Amino acid sequence: MNSGKPVHVRVYVMVFLALLALTATTAAVAFVDLGATWNTTVALAIAIIKALLVILFFMHVLYSRPLTWVFVGAGFFWLSLLFTLTLADYATRNIGSAPQTNAPRQSSEVMPRVSK
Amino acid sequence: MRAVNPSLNTCRVKWNMSKSHPDLLHHFDDPEQQLDAAQSGMWLFLATEVMFFGGMFIGYTVYRDAYFEVFAHASNHLNVWLGSINTAVLICSSLSMALAVHSAQAGHRKQIIFFLLLTMLLGTVFLGIKFTEYYHKYEERLIPGLAFDFKQGNPGYAAIFFSFYFAMTGLHALHMTIGLGLLAFLVAKAARNRFSPVYYTPVEMIGLYWHFVDIVWIFLFPLLYLVGRHG
Repeated sequence: MNSGKPVHVRVYVMVFLALLALTATTAAVAFVDLGATWNTTVALAIAIIKALLVILFFMHVLYSRPLTWVFVGAGFFWLSLLFTLTLADYATRNIGSAPQTNAPRQSSEVMPRVSK
Repeated sequence: MRAVNPSLNTCRVKWNMSKSHPDLLHHFDDPEQQLDAAQSGMWLFLATEVMFFGGMFIGYTVYRDAYFEVFAHASNHLNVWLGSINTAVLICSSLSMALAVHSAQAGHRKQIIFFLLLTMLLGTVFLGIKFTEYYHKYEERLIPGLAFDFKQGNPGYAAIFFSFYFAMTGLHALHMTIGLGLLAFLVAKAARNRFSPVYYTPVEMIGLYWHFVDIVWIFLFPLLYLVGRHG
């Protein structure tokens, strides 16, 4: 209904500042060892928050009709299917965690576990 | 529905006003409905784009999991400063694009042109930095297939990382380049005064495209540049 309604400039600027702050945060946090897979988790969480800010405010989805929400949701629903089904396959088959048969030629040495 | 109900006075006024607009196609009741339809269609296209990039992201995820350490070492060969600056440049360009749409809604022709040109400038800066990075990778012999030379771990696995890097950022840069062409098209239209507060659909739709490309980079940046920094 409100797809043509102007959003206040102040909203855009606030979202913009939040995006810059989150970029700085994600870059800084990446240099801190959070242990296990937490670095990736935090990085992805921040990326998702940034994407939501862009989608809701810059792309006006927050102010759009339910039909637009359906279209937006459908795109990300199919993306989640792609990820869920693919990762379910790799996680449950007895092939290590990767398509080893298609792996590139092993170098003569065993893969060195450098650093740490 | 809205336009054919004569008992609603405001709708009638709106209908009369909108019918006079040359850019309202005959199968729409009013400009608002036309914009809503365009918005749905644009998001349908963006859904296909999500899947297009999604295939690369799932491929990256599977191989990152498989060759975790080599991916981290390879990632550290990317320039985190240039990556961060480019992220900021792209966010600035998204703000500029949002303000261009805002100006179009308000009907400020000169502002539209200013913000569109600013968006193009920032997009060009992004591509300039990107190709500088590509050139560094060429000098450091980190382009798979071009005298690729990587010593911290299995070079074959590292080549997979750099293949993902070039394919994903390359596809993203291609989208940026197309976006610059679309923005130039908008500038030309705005210069000929083709937009008004009633009709600015192309500005809004190309804006959606530009923001989408920004979102892709928001995910590429941590996944490509930051995965090995804490090691």
